[in-house]
Amino acid sequence: MSGTTLDDYTDRYAQRVAGMTASEIRALFAVASRPEVVSLAGGAPFVAALPLDAVGEMLGHLGSVHGPTTLQYGIGQGTLDLRERICEVMTLSGIDVACGASPDDVVVTVGGQQALDLVARLFLDPGDVVLAEGPTYVGALGVFQAAQAQVVHVAMDDQGLVPEALTEAIAATRAAGRRAKFLYTIPTYQNPAGVTLTDERRDQVLDICERNGLLVVEDDPYGQLGFDGDAPLPLRARRRDGVFYVSTFSKTFAPGFRVGWILAPHAVRDKLVIASEAQILCPSAFAQAAVATYFATMPWREQLKTFREIYRERRDTLLSSLADLMPAGTRWTRPGGGLFVWATLTDGLDAKAMMPRAISARVAYVPGTGFYADGTGHEHLRLNFSFSAPDRIREGVRRLASVVEEELALRSVFGAPSLRRGRRRVRPGADAPGPDLA
Amino acid sequence: MGTSDARVLILAGGLSYERDVSLRSGRRILDALRAAGVQAELRDADVALLPALEADPPEAIVIALHGATGEDGSLRGVLDLCGVPYVGCDAPTARLAWDKPSAKAVLHENGIPTPEWVALPHDRFSELGAVAVLDRIVDRLGLPLMVKPAQGGSGLGAAVVRDAAALPAAMVGCFAYDSTALVERYVPGVDVAVSIVDTGAGPEPLPAVEIVPHNGVYDYAARYTAGLTTWHVPARLEPSVAKSVAETAVAAHTALGLRDISRVDLIVDEDGAPHVLEVNVSPGLTETSLLPMAVQAAGLDLGQLFARLVERAAARVGTAARVSRETDGVSR
Repeated sequence: MSGTTLDDYTDRYAQRVAGMTASEIRALFAVASRPEVVSLAGGAPFVAALPLDAVGEMLGHLGSVHGPTTLQYGIGQGTLDLRERICEVMTLSGIDVACGASPDDVVVTVGGQQALDLVARLFLDPGDVVLAEGPTYVGALGVFQAAQAQVVHVAMDDQGLVPEALTEAIAATRAAGRRAKFLYTIPTYQNPAGVTLTDERRDQVLDICERNGLLVVEDDPYGQLGFDGDAPLPLRARRRDGVFYVSTFSKTFAPGFRVGWILAPHAVRDKLVIASEAQILCPSAFAQAAVATYFATMPWREQLKTFREIYRERRDTLLSSLADLMPAGTRWTRPGGGLFVWATLTDGLDAKAMMPRAISARVAYVPGTGFYADGTGHEHLRLNFSFSAPDRIREGVRRLASVVEEELALRSVFGAPSLRRGRRRVRPGADAPGPDLA
Repeated sequence: MGTSDARVLILAGGLSYERDVSLRSGRRILDALRAAGVQAELRDADVALLPALEADPPEAIVIALHGATGEDGSLRGVLDLCGVPYVGCDAPTARLAWDKPSAKAVLHENGIPTPEWVALPHDRFSELGAVAVLDRIVDRLGLPLMVKPAQGGSGLGAAVVRDAAALPAAMVGCFAYDSTALVERYVPGVDVAVSIVDTGAGPEPLPAVEIVPHNGVYDYAARYTAGLTTWHVPARLEPSVAKSVAETAVAAHTALGLRDISRVDLIVDEDGAPHVLEVNVSPGLTETSLLPMAVQAAGLDLGQLFARLVERAAARVGTAARVSRETDGVSR
């Protein structure tokens, strides 16, 4: 008599499928989508602030008038029209023709996520090491895991990546007989930590990478969403060799179009295009036309200001609410831009173990474990401030503070036992919500 | 009921920890009912539900909500107030079965074996001192122990404790899901689940499903990830043991006063004796859930079975509200 596992493919999966299991934390995020729950968990921009009528009219025009082009296949690299707009947008960040930014070296991708995947396909063999900030973007961890690479985290402080820690990580990797291929970094308004690499450290980090033959993959989705003055120049604006610059229109326009890009050294550009064609043939012609038209015909710089003003107010509300309401000992970062605050709980509290209690209290966040490849980060949580209105943010923090107080009371009764023993090790993405959660 | 023109509403989602599981259950039973020719719709239990029931009452409701909303009786009580029939037991019975310590007490009183237990709210530990209480639990029940929320499902917050030093962590993990913990003596043996259906001829046991999680723990991932657990249907039990297991499951269903459908989770110890662990009044209906496996093993069709249960529920219309009000002492 034989049983069933309800999966006849178990012995045929690739090794990289290991760990793709159902997750109770991921299941809790299903509740966070209900309106009763104040979600501080997602990473969604506040697209309701866009001029939706005008955007809608533009989209209709692109279909009715330009349909024969916008509804057709395009070229793998992306349209020249959009690549020129991308260069115009990058100029605002300081990446201009003087530092070798040319439409020829831009490859349009399906969001920044595909750009990361292309870099992984081109540079990572199984067992290679990627250095990345600890914590780092969960979607990048998923890409590197799929490439069967090992992520070694490099410590950050409130000035971003710590150069000495980077040097040590490179040396330790080398001493272990491993090869680090590149540093993956989000230097500006980092996701999830919200911190920004200082001017001084940017040059130090670039020097360290250059000295050690390490490529740099700079992910910059938030650089134009600064609230307290301009962000430091991107790494790519400081050095053209060995730096791959990845960005997206998901935060400055709308994630629904799934349009991002990579600015790559000339020699690599053709390989990126070939790899991209193998993945997706070409990016969506309609989405590219929509983005290019938006940036050509609408007041996108004014819209950026609108986003910044909305997010500044919401960040201020989140920070003041945390200061007013959270139990003593809780710490958090003070981002100068972007979408996220990174909080650290006191007394060894475990944000992942606390999640069910938070969902009961109708507030959601992302536990820190989602942002580490090595299973650490239990004492941290990521809080989003871009999507919810200020009064909802304050209410969310009120609920969160109450949950933390209850957890502290429980720990005072039972001590602070480690809850990690015996737990099933899960992939980082299992502890983070899907992209649809606001 | 002529199933082709019946309108059945399936409730799924809700705000419990098992929302995701519930949505999967709901979609599964929606497909099954439609394949059986039943006009069925799926919706969440939210603020729009009651106005919708009033505007366009369905013939009957299938509750695919898991966790408190679907299983603690509260929603069933509201449906009784609305006079809308539903598949499954009534509100007071659901409330009794949902609370594991209360249900175990009923089973114990009726001579149905269930592991020795103690149920304690977290306040009691702070009042009496956690160390003293935990020591007494270990002294009395021995090791290993099973720790789980007094109310809840899908293995959330549950842990087997083999070492007394691990007990505080298990308690904290459990209290994340519920304010009361059920601690019971762990009975080693074979995990089985027996689904009970009653389509009019009295409660009938379906073939027992034996559960063998590959890493030894039937946790959330093992329950809802195909490939991590082997299920044997029917369970690999001696005929006499299988008979005893089925009889015990039916006895539990009957003792708790359940109706239409339930699932009884048991452990069969090394001597072949069954012990009832818990009873579910809104069993999972997902692709990896136990009841649909048992239905298939019995040669039945899930959609046709639920169509018959819907028919029974619809026949109860008019009586449900009265019975519930009387039982709950709600005055008119």
